[in-house]
Parts: sequence; structure tokens; C-alpha cells
Amino acid sequence: MRTRPLKTALGLLLTAIMLFPVYWMLNVSLTRDQDMRKSPPGLFPAHATLEGYRAVVDQQLPYLGTSLVIGLGTVALTVALAAPAGYALAKLRPRGGGILGFVLLVAQMIPGIIMAMGFYAIYLQLGLLQSVPGLIVADSTLAVPFAVLIFTAFMSTIPGELLQAAQMDGAHALRTFWSVVLPMSRNSVVTVSLFAFLWSWSDFIFASTLVNGGAHEPITLGIYHYIGNNNQQWNAIMATAVVASLPATVILVLAQRYVAAGVTAGAVKD
Amino acid sequence: MSQMTQVPPPRTDSDGAALKAPRRPVSPQWAAWAFLAPVTLYLGLFYAYPLYRNIDLSLRHYTVRSFVRGDAPFTGLANYRMVFDDPTFAPALLHTVVFTGVCLVFQYAIGLALAVFFHQNFRLSATLRALFLVPWLLPLIVSASTWSWMLNSDSGVVNAVLHAVGIGPVNWLTSPSWSLTSVIIANIWIGVPFNLVVLHSGLQSIPASLYEAAALDGANAWQRFWRITFPLLRPVSAITLLLGLVYTLKVFDIIWIMTKGGPADSSTTFATWSYQLGFGNLLPAFGPGAAVGNLLVLAALVFGLIYVRVQRKQALS
Repeated sequence: MRTRPLKTALGLLLTAIMLFPVYWMLNVSLTRDQDMRKSPPGLFPAHATLEGYRAVVDQQLPYLGTSLVIGLGTVALTVALAAPAGYALAKLRPRGGGILGFVLLVAQMIPGIIMAMGFYAIYLQLGLLQSVPGLIVADSTLAVPFAVLIFTAFMSTIPGELLQAAQMDGAHALRTFWSVVLPMSRNSVVTVSLFAFLWSWSDFIFASTLVNGGAHEPITLGIYHYIGNNNQQWNAIMATAVVASLPATVILVLAQRYVAAGVTAGAVKD
Repeated sequence: MSQMTQVPPPRTDSDGAALKAPRRPVSPQWAAWAFLAPVTLYLGLFYAYPLYRNIDLSLRHYTVRSFVRGDAPFTGLANYRMVFDDPTFAPALLHTVVFTGVCLVFQYAIGLALAVFFHQNFRLSATLRALFLVPWLLPLIVSASTWSWMLNSDSGVVNAVLHAVGIGPVNWLTSPSWSLTSVIIANIWIGVPFNLVVLHSGLQSIPASLYEAAALDGANAWQRFWRITFPLLRPVSAITLLLGLVYTLKVFDIIWIMTKGGPADSSTTFATWSYQLGFGNLLPAFGPGAAVGNLLVLAALVFGLIYVRVQRKQALS
């Protein structure tokens, strides 16, 4: 009991160490060009400048817009595919459902580079390279198996009596799903949407293989080109990184419990 | 609660159930698969087919022209033989094993220590634990480029700190003897939050009464950890480590963005080598690239299946 203030202090110290790179990103994003190569580097942005952020506004807005569109598209596709599947696996006892669940679990483990190469070969033939819908479909593969597992786990907790009551009223399966199951699953829809958005927003491997050099590139490629082209303007690079981190930060602040639910759901059953 | 529901045991399926309870849907199987149809179709089109294309790629001799026209000759396992004989094979295998092993050990150890620490109730413990999630949520390109600049030889903050304590500059990303270490450090940083959160939720299921009893018996904190926490956490630890293994095997972004697998292949793993072959050069070698990728899939699947088995066993017990 007596040691508690000490523990809080130690906790603060550990958190500060862990988050130092994040602080450093902010610090560098505000540093002037002429201070960038200073030795030793300034621990605080003494002459803070928004030059870096001006560069973001001037050059990176289209990338951010593309990422937003792709993120929202991925969320819509993922929920539309996964929610009905979760309902069926949780409540309708399909024959062969166990095998499907197993396939979904294994599907999560396929390395991204494999999927990317396969998609590249297919999209090349279909003429879908450098297209936004193509990237949305590819990005959704990051989230769909996880989403089905989350929906299944959550929807199995909906009491069967409730669904039976709905069916007694003559609601067929589709109506039951739409007006009973889905509204009750709001939390899992939020969790799934958050992760689907974050993963597609952060995707680099599909972007760099499927839409590289196209008219619509996401922000991850924006940063990547930046690093490749001018490795001098690190304030602009880091400012872009800060802006690209905003969705994750906003989500963590506003929806922390959904995030924690998602992290543990895949790994631990309790 | 089960006495309340008048419905007969649902095992009697289709016609039997339909007779006794005519208002229930006649064919639940039909409805179930209607709901599953989209995702099943999706799995076939966007998982199975890319995987199949990848196997096909690895068994043919592709040039840029035949890749576009799709008439590459079948060459059996020639691509695999080429990959095995490649001078990059041995280092890539070694780096993959070292990268995965070292990352796992450190992520788990640090994650567990932090989980135990944050499991104690003190002010701000929940808030600080949530903040620890930040590195895990950031886009990998953000983490990788931040670490790149922090580890920069001349202007990086890491070398500045080392200089302050009297250690000479380290060429983290540009020296072949340090590049693998650098990407490992960055990846451990990214993986700790996942381990922390999962292990922390595992700790919460250990009954507090056990600790109280142990404390009454005079066990100190160290003994309590090794005699109670660690053994009781074993199922959760197994799951965390296996999942971490599968995820770490396929890490690509961090390494590619920080070092591109270099310098001179000193930090290349199967994932970056596969990408390098397929997309990293002006003249793509899709066949060998796909072959390397398939070896990676094989490894991931083996550990993935072990993971599924362990998880099933735990769910049953």
C-alpha cells in the first residue's frame, strides 16, 4: 500500500520510455531544416516550425484522401461479408461450419507477401492493377477472417430464446438477422470496423505491389516515396507520419475498450 | 432455464422438428449456408485462388513477357532448386530463424514483466496500460521510418545518447553486422504491446485468493511469480507465443522499410527475399519469388496448425 505512489512513478517512467519514439516523431516533425543535422539533436523543438506540416498539406492530402476512401470501403466490405457469416456460424449450426471456422483461422496466418504476389498475378490479367476497388478487396483479406471470428464469438452470446421469440413471430432468418441480431451486435460491429479501418489504413505491402505508381496511392506509399526521394527533409517525413498516426490515436482515445477487446479476442478465450 | 423452453431437443432435425413445431423455419441448413455463401465465395476467390496462382507461379519459368501473356512453360521444381542453391538461401534462413526467435523471446519476457507490473493496482495503471498500445496501433511505415531516423548514424538520437555515455557511433542500418539487430529492436518495440495486453488478460483469470494464501505462507514476490503466476499462465503463454511466432515469421514491412534486407543481404529474411525477387528488381523473378514465399507459407501453416490444436485443446478443457 505504502509503495503505490512509487509504483505510479515507475509506471510513468516505463510508459515514457516506451512512447519515446512517438515523442521523437513529434519532435522531429517540428524541427527546422537547419537544426535537423545538429549534434546532439535537440530534445525539444526549441524553434518549432510548421514547415513540415505545410509540406503535408501541400503534397500529401490526395494520399490521405485515398487512404480514407480505401479504409471506409474495406470496412463496408468486411462487415457486409463477415456479419452474416458470424450469425450463421454462431446460431444456425451449419453442417461443415467447423471446417469453415478452421479455414478462417488458418487464412489469417498466410503471409501478406504471398497474397500480394497472387493478387498481382490475378489483377495483371484482369486489368485491376492501380485501381482503388482492387486495393479495397485485397485490404479486406487482412480483416475478414478476424471479423468472422469476432462476430461468431459475440453472436454466440445472444440468448437463443430471443431469436426463437423473433422466429415465433414469423420473422424469417433474414429479418431476425437484420432487426434483432445486428442491432444487438453493435459493439462487435464497432470493434470489427475499427480494426478493418486501421489495418487497411496501415497497409503497405498490398499498396506497394498493387497500386504503386498509380493515380491513387494511399498515405503509406506517400511516406515511402518521401523517404525514397528526399531523405533530407525529415521534418516533412515525420509530419506526414504524425498525420498518418492520427486515426490510430483517435481510435485509442475514443474507443479504447473496443481495441482491447479486439486484441484479446483472437488469442484468449474467457 | 432449459426447462422453460418447450422446444424438443433440436437433434431431431428437418422433418421431425418441422412436424412438431411448424412455425420454425423448415430448413435451417439452407438458411445457414445462404448466410455463409458470400464469405465462402470470398474465401475461394480471394484466398484460395491467389494461393493457387502462387503455387502455379512457383512451378513455371516466367519472364516478363510470359507473365503478361500467361504462357510460361511448366518447369516443375526448378524454381525451388534454384532457390535452394542460391547463395542468399542460407543467410535468409538463418536471419528468419534469429529474427523470429529473438523477437519472440524479448517480446514475451518484456510483455510478461510489464503485465505483472501493471496487474498491481496503482493510480493510472489502466491509463498507462492503454498508452502502451500505441506502438502496436501505429502504421508500420510510421514506426519503421521513425526508427530509421532515430538510428541514423550521424544525426540519430540513439547514437547521440550512446555518445553521451562514451560509446562511439554505431552504424545501425548501414553496417552488415548491426542491421539485423536494428530491425529486431524495432520489431520488439512493436510486438510488446500485444504480449502485454494478452498476458494481462490472462493474469486476471488467476484467483487472487491463491496469492493471499501464498503470502500467508510467507512466499515472497519472486516465489509467488514462479510458483503461481508462471505455471498458471502457461496456457495463455503458449497461445501468445504461437500466435507471435506465426506473426513474426511473416514480418515484412519493418525490415523492408528500414533496410530493404541489406546491406548485402545482412538483414534479409524469407519474407523480404521473396519480395525482393518478385518486386524489388527491374527484372522481376516471379517464379523464384513465389517459391520462397511458398516455403514461408509452409512454415507458417505448420506452426499455425500447432496453434489451432493447442487452442482447441484449451477450449475443451
